[in-house]
Amino acid sequence: MAHIVVDVKGETCPIPLIETRKALRKAAEGDVVEVVGTHQASKREIPMAVKNLGLQLLDITDADDGTWRIRIRK
Amino acid sequence: MADKATIIVHSGDYDKIYSALIIGTGALAMGMEASLYFTFWGLQRLKKGGLERGPLSKMHMLGLGKWMIRRRMQKANVAKLETLMREFRDLGGKVIACEMTMEIMGVSKEDLREDWIDEYGAVGAYVQEATDSKITLFI
Repeated sequence: MAHIVVDVKGETCPIPLIETRKALRKAAEGDVVEVVGTHQASKREIPMAVKNLGLQLLDITDADDGTWRIRIRK
Repeated sequence: MADKATIIVHSGDYDKIYSALIIGTGALAMGMEASLYFTFWGLQRLKKGGLERGPLSKMHMLGLGKWMIRRRMQKANVAKLETLMREFRDLGGKVIACEMTMEIMGVSKEDLREDWIDEYGAVGAYVQEATDSKITLFI
């Protein structure tokens, strides 16, 4: 099972959401997609998309520099 | 069947094309289907080289306002309309061009970015799309 990292640091709406979706489309079942970004609204929106897509949100972590990480299992 | 968003793009204004494409790509990213139906002034933006050409809907000020907004958008790292259109299509979004507008305004298929357009349709195409859509907007 692959671990795919999507780096959208510095990107703004709607790019983090689009890149997450693209990575999830490409991923195989069981793969983990880890999205790393700085856009705060996207941090709330990506979990909504994950829910709509019926996928599993593993965790969300924040770093001190304002960077967030969201891990999703397909 | 997935939920669907259908958006009429009537305005050709720069900022409103942004709204349409951001909502369209957003819907696709959230797992919905999405169609953009370009008509009237919106259709002008499907002309070759036309996507970024629209005026601002407010404070255009002969282009000065648009220049300022574009500069601020660049600083904020906002994606170009061309990029959003490419993403919209890559994620499976559908683009419909209004045939009546083409006729009235004397626009031929060769004038348009045919590589972006999935269908040429009239009101029936929109109504059919909208009937099974959860979201429909007129921009």
